[in-house]
Amino acid sequence: MNNQNDQSEKPCCQQPRRTFLTRLSIGLSAVIGFVITLPAIGFVLAPVFKKPKAKWRSVGKLEDFKVDGFVLVQYEDPSPVAWAGVTAKAGAWIRRASETEFIAFSINCRHLGCPVRWVDDPKLFMCPCHGGVYYEDGTVAAGPPPEPLERLSVRINKGMVEIQTIPTPLTLTTLT
Amino acid sequence: MSNNFITRTWNWIDNRIGFTDYIVPLMVHLVPSNARWWYIFGSATLCAFIVQVVTGISLAMSYVPGGEDTYQSLKYITDIAPLGSLVRGMHYYGASAMVMLAVIHMVQVFMHATYKYPREMNWMSGVVLLFVVLGMAFTGQLLRWDANGVWSVTVAAEMAGRTPIIGPTLAHFILGGETVGGSTITRFFAMHVFIMPALIFAGIGLHMLLIFRHGISEMPDVKEPVDPDTYKEAYEKRIKKTGVPFWPVAMWRDVLFSTLIVGVIMACSIFLGPPALDPPPNPSSINANPLPDWYFLWYFAVLSMLPPQLETWVILGVPTIGFIVLFFLPLISNKGHRAPSKRPWAGGTVIFVSMAFIVLTIYGYKKPWSPDFGVKQLPASIVGTDHGPLAEGAKLMHIKGCLYCHDIGGYGGHRGPELTEIGKLLTRDDIIIRINNGGHNMPAFASSMSSVELNLIVDFLLTRGVTPDEDVPKNPTQ
Repeated sequence: MNNQNDQSEKPCCQQPRRTFLTRLSIGLSAVIGFVITLPAIGFVLAPVFKKPKAKWRSVGKLEDFKVDGFVLVQYEDPSPVAWAGVTAKAGAWIRRASETEFIAFSINCRHLGCPVRWVDDPKLFMCPCHGGVYYEDGTVAAGPPPEPLERLSVRINKGMVEIQTIPTPLTLTTLT
Repeated sequence: MSNNFITRTWNWIDNRIGFTDYIVPLMVHLVPSNARWWYIFGSATLCAFIVQVVTGISLAMSYVPGGEDTYQSLKYITDIAPLGSLVRGMHYYGASAMVMLAVIHMVQVFMHATYKYPREMNWMSGVVLLFVVLGMAFTGQLLRWDANGVWSVTVAAEMAGRTPIIGPTLAHFILGGETVGGSTITRFFAMHVFIMPALIFAGIGLHMLLIFRHGISEMPDVKEPVDPDTYKEAYEKRIKKTGVPFWPVAMWRDVLFSTLIVGVIMACSIFLGPPALDPPPNPSSINANPLPDWYFLWYFAVLSMLPPQLETWVILGVPTIGFIVLFFLPLISNKGHRAPSKRPWAGGTVIFVSMAFIVLTIYGYKKPWSPDFGVKQLPASIVGTDHGPLAEGAKLMHIKGCLYCHDIGGYGGHRGPELTEIGKLLTRDDIIIRINNGGHNMPAFASSMSSVELNLIVDFLLTRGVTPDEDVPKNPTQ
């Protein structure tokens, strides 16, 4: 036993032992870091990869919509958290084009997402942020928006007008 | 007896914690005697940060980071809680002070080229700190969770969404999902209260450590350009000969200036109060006019004026390239002259950037590119009459939204050209073509305007800038 201690204290034996201990400490520290951060990172990133299913949300009775210009409606987003309150709402501009046809657009400007306003007489959507303007069919009339307003699916279900929820429309950059 | 007891107690504590051994040498370290008032901005930035920490912790005692309750807690802090309005005001003006002082500190360091050898890492840590401070300012604006906050976070997500390949992932990370909702504010709260302050504390620690390691730089001297081979030795020699202890010979200026800063923050909080809250954070409400706080107005203006093909690259490139250029600046130039008189490009850059910042900020505040939804109808004094076809044409200018973008006699928006003198400049046919077909960033109105309405508007416009004597349309309605 004593012999063994003497051996390990000799300079020739100390270096490999220290190298081993260094590597052990670094390795275990990495394991600790990995074990601590992995669940945390997973928890934080989970909403990024969780794709809520689109849902049909009622926005009013069929008879409440006259064949006319656009009206603003609000509905609940597809995956509200319990404490969201008013922040779980989403908005859309909807128009009854005929007895059976509805046209709806997301209120988000396709430039940088600000809420567009429908101005009835000139029949234009206008954005207060950077001056984006759209025609009533959602196409860009003026200003910086690179894409038309995002169109939403509408259906009539049991006398109710329903809108299909969508994620906040993003203008993507494609590398081609 | 009492004094003895205090002395003995302090000696006991000092012996255990090593205040005299470790802290006193830092406090009395030698600094150049000629630095004087130039070097007060760094410590004032630190002081503003302390204001933010103290007021931030206080606010967090009542702030509820969760959906609709956030807004209610902000209303409570502002309107009901004792001293709540004052503390919220201090936090708001403290943030402005911190951003302002950090930038001034950086400009001073840049102008004196203090980032050169051996203080490259001082500068680099400072650049990281500046960007984290800007991150704090932005996330702080969002924690003011009202209509403006909701739409500001949407804009941030949209901007992040432009990033090639990973854009949607970044946007959904920012939003805490695919839409703004209850999970959004909690993420920003965590960033603003835990992650970014931790980075700032760490950054300040490193920044201070490097200051003590390399010493405070002297004022630039034309006769002494930085030579990395000899600088350290020469600096040590000079500082031993002419330096003064930081405490209290140099520090009193820092304390005096910091007192002034705290006084200004307090005065603004008392007399101006915290920023008013917009309507509640309802993402379905369109009655919002999203506007960033003053430090980002310049960027808001830039985004409005860019040609579409450049926009994505500027949105992503300005912060990225700005950071890279600033961060690596000392590696590009870490020796040679420090004196501003020998570095005209440095002075020119600061003047150009400052002017651009001021002009763009004013422009961002006025935001002439936005339709003026609140414009009033043209009064008879501008129209020239309150009845007849001209008055009807003027009324239609308002109804059809022309005045949202065009100014006539001081009434109207500024997105499009002013029309006060349009009767002198365009013919009837020109105006009709322009209104019907649009163009030059103007929508076409052919489908939303009857020929009667069009003629009334054109007749009215042809009288603009034309004196009554010559008040005859160039090509009157047939």
